[in-house]
Order: sequence, then C-alpha cells, then structure tokens
Amino acid sequence: MSVNQSTSRLEVEDVSHAYGAVSVIEHLNLVVGEGEFLVLVGPSGCGKTTLLSLLSGHITPSSGAVTRSGVIRTVYQHDGLFPWLTVTENIEMGLRSIVDPSERRMELGELLDLIHLGSFADHYPHQLSGGMRQRVELARALAGDSDILLMDEPFSALDYQTRLRMRRELVRLLDKRPRTVVFVTHDIEEAAQLADRVLVLSQRPATVCRQLIIDAPRPRDLTNPDVIEATEAILEELGLSGDGGLDDESLIATG
Amino acid sequence: MVAEYNLPSPYTVWVAGLDEIKAGHLANDIVASLFRVAIAFTISTVFGVPAGLALGQNAAARTAFVPMLNFFRFISPLAWIPFAILWFHIGDKPAVFLIFMATFFPITLATMAAVANIPSIYFRVARDYNYTGIDLLTKVTFPAVMPQIITSLRVAFGIAWVVIVAAEMVGCQDGLGYGIWDARNGLRLDIAVCYMVVIGSLGMIFDRLLAQLSKLPSVRWGYER
Repeated sequence: MSVNQSTSRLEVEDVSHAYGAVSVIEHLNLVVGEGEFLVLVGPSGCGKTTLLSLLSGHITPSSGAVTRSGVIRTVYQHDGLFPWLTVTENIEMGLRSIVDPSERRMELGELLDLIHLGSFADHYPHQLSGGMRQRVELARALAGDSDILLMDEPFSALDYQTRLRMRRELVRLLDKRPRTVVFVTHDIEEAAQLADRVLVLSQRPATVCRQLIIDAPRPRDLTNPDVIEATEAILEELGLSGDGGLDDESLIATG
Repeated sequence: MVAEYNLPSPYTVWVAGLDEIKAGHLANDIVASLFRVAIAFTISTVFGVPAGLALGQNAAARTAFVPMLNFFRFISPLAWIPFAILWFHIGDKPAVFLIFMATFFPITLATMAAVANIPSIYFRVARDYNYTGIDLLTKVTFPAVMPQIITSLRVAFGIAWVVIVAAEMVGCQDGLGYGIWDARNGLRLDIAVCYMVVIGSLGMIFDRLLAQLSKLPSVRWGYER
C-alpha cells in the first residue's frame, strides 16, 4: 500500500499576507497535527482561501514561514476535475506515483468501490451530478500517497441534503484512509459535525479569535448535543447568537 | 423569368455539369483544389496551433507578437497575389501560399486566446498532481483548449475554401477556382454556376466532417456546458 507512515507536517509561523495594500492575514500561527481534522470558519472574505493557498504553496506569504512536508492535495468547491478525462482517468491522476500497473489497477478499483461509482467509471465529469463529482474529487485526493488534504469549501456548491450526505461520506472515507485535513467552510454546522478542532477567524485581516476542540466521535448527527454545543459556541464567537448581528453596527461591519 | 444570359437555368447547369464530368474536368479540378487546401490547411495547423500554445502561455510573447499577428490577419489574402506569383511562380505553390496566409493567423490567434483563458484551477490541480514540462503541455494545456481548437479549425477551413477561388486565379491551370475563372473568360455562365454549386456542396460536406471531431468523447465537455 501507500507510504502513509511518512510524517506529514503543516506549520504556519507568524505569517502575514497582503494583496497590495490590503492586509489579508496578520501574524498567524498554526500547527496542524498529524491525522487532525482542522476546520477554519470565519466571515466571508476574511482570508480563509488565502490561508489555504499559503498552506498548499500556491502563494508565498509576504512575511513569515510555512513549513510543510508530505504530499498535499487540494479539493475545490467545483470544477477541480479535468473535464476531458473520465472518472477513471481523473482518479488515476492521483495514482501517478505508483509504478506497477497491476497495483495501480487494484488501487483504482478499490477507490471506485469506496465512492460507489464503479458503474460510472467511464463517464465524464459533465455527465455526473454535483455530489458525484465531489466524490470523484475526494477519491482522487485520497488516491496513492497523499498525506494532507486541503479542502476549500468542497460541499458548498451542493444542495443542502447532498451536503449532509457528503459530510457522512467524507467521515466514512477518512475512516478507511486517514489523512490530515484542513477544511475551510462558512458552514458552521459543517464545522461542528466534522472537526477535531475549529478555528474561528476574525474579519480581515484574519487572526484566530477562538479555538474550539470537539472530542465527540464521528460521524456526528446534526442533533448530537456536542454538535449543538459547538454550533452555539461558534455562532457566539461570530456575533450571530442571541440578538447579536441585529444592531446596525454589526450589519455595517458585515458590509 | 430571368433571361438565360443573366442566370443560367438549373437545366443548362445540369447539362454543363454532366459535360464537365464526362470530360473529366470536374473530378480533376476537385482533386486539385482539395489537394491545395489540404496542404495549406495542414501547414497552417501544424504551425498555428503550437504557435498559439506558446503565445498563450507567455504574456510577454503575446505583447510582442499579437499586434503583428493582428496586422497580418486584416490583410486580405488577395493582396498577397503579386507576391505569391513573384515568390512561387506558377503551379500549386502560390495557391497554397495564399490559403496559408488566410488561415494561419486565425488558427494561431484562436489557439492563443483559448490557452490564455484556461481556468487557473486546472493548473493548480496539475501542480498538486505533479504535472510539469511536456506532461503539463500535452495532458493539461492541450486537452483544455481542444474544443476551441476544433472550432477554430472549422472556421479556418471555411476561410480556406472561400479563398480557393481567388487563389486559383493566379498561376494555376486547374482547380475549382480556376474552373470558374476559365468559365468566365469563355462566357460559360452555366459552367461557372455548376462549379459554384460544387464548391458550396463540398464546403458543407467537409465542414460536417470536421464537426465530427467535436463528437470525440474527450472534447464533448467543451460543447455541453
């Protein structure tokens, strides 16, 4: 099997990033533990996606350092699959490091079974539903030797029920193939259902304004008391509980 | 309705067509024209698509070359006729040159624009999965623009086929364009119309054939979104 024994490491040290004069992230420190499921929530435009791009190395920070080791893959909101490749060929992208063809074929079959899309192996992405496409993306990201998954609002383009189903699906897949996950979302329930640790980010420039550890085992139902408790805590932190968010001042702040 | 000397009747065109077929002119002219268009079109594609890929990936090269490409794109191929004769004398070459001049620039510019507009997410994904160098070009960039390249080839073929009449007016002794020119000189409008019908029909047939390329499974996505 793949070499998941290699240590994955993701560390952000005093990172600040600015686009021109707009400071998006300021003095951020972050260590992602191996096998941890870390969720970042925060108001829209607070720099969550920028943080992911910094973690993946697609952009380099204006100052500070990002240390990473292990194979990192990003799962996007939509359109991350190559439309000119079939489901099989897309998943095989993740198996490029496996040299032995028979091993690759076995691994492919296993992944297709895992996402229950064996009968769609030769379909193209545009022939699949949104939920199916995201399942293929997950399979591709989990394929082969990946260590760290960065997920940029992977389910937010899906309808509500599919989204609920995909969360369970993700938990199931990670149970079979454990990975370190950094998951960005604006969906508070999603954070509460999935995370080992939630970081609530502030308005731009982003700093961590609260850290929340959720110990309850997964999968967690929406109605699970731990999920409800965590949801309340996050809402409070974002100023969206009680009568927060109703006064003029906070409406102006949200813009 | 219309006097025969203004517009030949379908019947006279039919008779003229049969004569041309029997004499072997028509088949010979079709082959000659198709040959020239095929050669010129192939040269344009072989040079235009890679040039477009290169320019699309390099903003500095675009800044340097696009004004020139646009400049030449707007010069009618007919303007090149004196030079076609001067440089290539007679035979197939001047016609091939003129068709090349008419098709190279549209193919290059269309490919370039397609490459420049590839969504950046594909390149991010490609980086995650270690596509570099030639792999990146052949497995990401090229398939990503394949639908637009096919469309541009159809457009360019249409241009080539239109230009053939003008291109064969110089230095040729056969071809569909030459046939029309020759019929004009002999005041045989029936033959001219017959050749027009053939040119129009063949153009449609070949466009249909090129359109089959867009039915390839790996490019369907480009037409269905």
